[in-house]
Amino acid sequence: MAAINVPLRGATRVAPPSTLQRIGAQAVLRGLTGLAALASFMIIFVMLFFLIVYAWPAIRFNGIQFFTSPIWNIGNQYGSGTIVRNGYVGEPGAAFGALVFIYGSAVTALLTMVVAVPLSLMVALSLVYRVPRMIRPLANALVELMAGVPSVVYGLWGMVVLVPWIGQKLAPWVTAHLGFVPFLGGASGSGNGLAASVFILSLMVIPIMVATTRDVILAQSNTYFEASMALGSTSWQAMVRAVLPSVRKGIIASVLLAFGRALGETMAVLMVCGAAINSFPENVFSPINTIAAVIVSQLESALTDASGMAQRSLAELACVLFIITLIVNIVARGIMRGADRAEGR
Amino acid sequence: MAKALTGTSPKTYISHTWWALSVACLVAVVGVLFFIFAFVIARGVPALKPEIFFTPTHGIAGGLSNAIAGTFLLVFTGLVIVILVGLGTAIWTVEFAAPWAQRVIRFMVDVLVGIPSIVVGYFLYVALVEIAGWGFSLIAGALALAIFMLPYVVRAADVALTNVPGALKEGAVALGARPAMVISSINLPYALPGILTGVLVATGIGLGETAPLIYTAGWSNYLPQVALTHSPVGYLTYVVWTYISQPFEASHQLAYAAAALLMIFVFLTNLLARSFVEYKLGKSQAR
Repeated sequence: MAAINVPLRGATRVAPPSTLQRIGAQAVLRGLTGLAALASFMIIFVMLFFLIVYAWPAIRFNGIQFFTSPIWNIGNQYGSGTIVRNGYVGEPGAAFGALVFIYGSAVTALLTMVVAVPLSLMVALSLVYRVPRMIRPLANALVELMAGVPSVVYGLWGMVVLVPWIGQKLAPWVTAHLGFVPFLGGASGSGNGLAASVFILSLMVIPIMVATTRDVILAQSNTYFEASMALGSTSWQAMVRAVLPSVRKGIIASVLLAFGRALGETMAVLMVCGAAINSFPENVFSPINTIAAVIVSQLESALTDASGMAQRSLAELACVLFIITLIVNIVARGIMRGADRAEGR
Repeated sequence: MAKALTGTSPKTYISHTWWALSVACLVAVVGVLFFIFAFVIARGVPALKPEIFFTPTHGIAGGLSNAIAGTFLLVFTGLVIVILVGLGTAIWTVEFAAPWAQRVIRFMVDVLVGIPSIVVGYFLYVALVEIAGWGFSLIAGALALAIFMLPYVVRAADVALTNVPGALKEGAVALGARPAMVISSINLPYALPGILTGVLVATGIGLGETAPLIYTAGWSNYLPQVALTHSPVGYLTYVVWTYISQPFEASHQLAYAAAALLMIFVFLTNLLARSFVEYKLGKSQAR
């Protein structure tokens, strides 16, 4: 640091702040920043509490049917004879069963993991061990850029390129030639559906999983790899039997985070899923719907329900999605923290 | 060296085959993603005619000036909120919090990243648009974006502030600086590149969000008004989502143009963020 020049001539001596001022400034700073921290801390609880309170009439009205019935019907607002269940009123014929959407979310997210996890591991391994050092920064930048591409852009490509290709080429061929395999036979559909959703979701979660897997492998020292090689394994065996098990926790956490992301992804799925209502998929090309997508696509019709029960049922759906993703994320972060601590990071 | 030890036994071939397969996976994934980008750019850039920057959308066609202005206004307002709250959170966490409180805050902020965007959108729709009666509005949309951007800003600021050398702070205190002064003239300037990187990453996130905006910011065919409430705002992602489903070529052109613009904006913020990281790395290596 440069020498401190104390001006001797013409310097006005500033009175030192009184103790009160000193405590005051610090208390204000502490209070304001503490308030900000409290806000970030409270967001999740406030959202959860608010949604549950708002959805409460629907939770009581729908009961267990919400999880067991595949029929979603906002009822007939011009009909007579409103339904009263547990003291809460719904339109005539109203039934809010979310099984189709819950099933759709679970199946798309699980299938996405089946496709994306092996692919991401392979990509991460080749990125760490096989991509030449020269072009590695470029490859890393590309991975990060991919993770940042807006989901509507993926959705746009899905609608314009992927869905027509599945509907006109892939699905007719697969149903004709591989129809004997369960879930591959039957109607080939328009291309909107489970297969398109899984394809798009996989593309969206792979960059994220690759980035985390790459980071945990790079953070691990090379000892395991070298020790395994010294014992006579091939580089692939060293990788699969020594290095990957040593970063197991980090990988599990990244898979869970990607699973949560696949469950919560809205726009891209909405644009290619086919928006199924009241029907389960017959094969991998059938239209489906997910909790996240249905909240967007059903809100406008829910607003026409004068009893408000449709809108509150959507809030119940949001609660279900929120709680599931919250659990997945908390478990994933817990594992990650545990892994960090175990490895002394 | 592996070859020298193991000769050409079958397991060497198996190893080579697996590595080849993993490189093939890399090429396939990068190829498909590259194809997507190339497609969006190839369709979108020709659609970016100069007049769309000056004409608002109307009906199924027109320009994108309202959506571009709205996107920037939403992200900017969201950033103002998120920088205030996020920086405050990070300062409190690093400077004032007890170790257990630090752990709790960091954990909650990490968990916040995984909250589905539509849940936040629906929550704010019911709470602000309906119950508070603010209608589709700038403030509701900006708050939705702020909730998404918050973890990125807090995390970056947290790391940057934690890395401020203790000796610098102690030196300032020894010279008689008060805590507020230490934070404003030592911690924040030192941590600025890190914080800016977080802000830029958050900007990229905010630019690309759709689901939380549909039912908070709404949509408007007009340039955004200077009003926090009761005035819907248009944004680019909405154009991509809705105009591509219209049966008109003119609206498809707008959707492609909006998608290309989004990609370009996201790419630029990403590039800027990286250059900050490199600037920071360069500085620390020079020392």
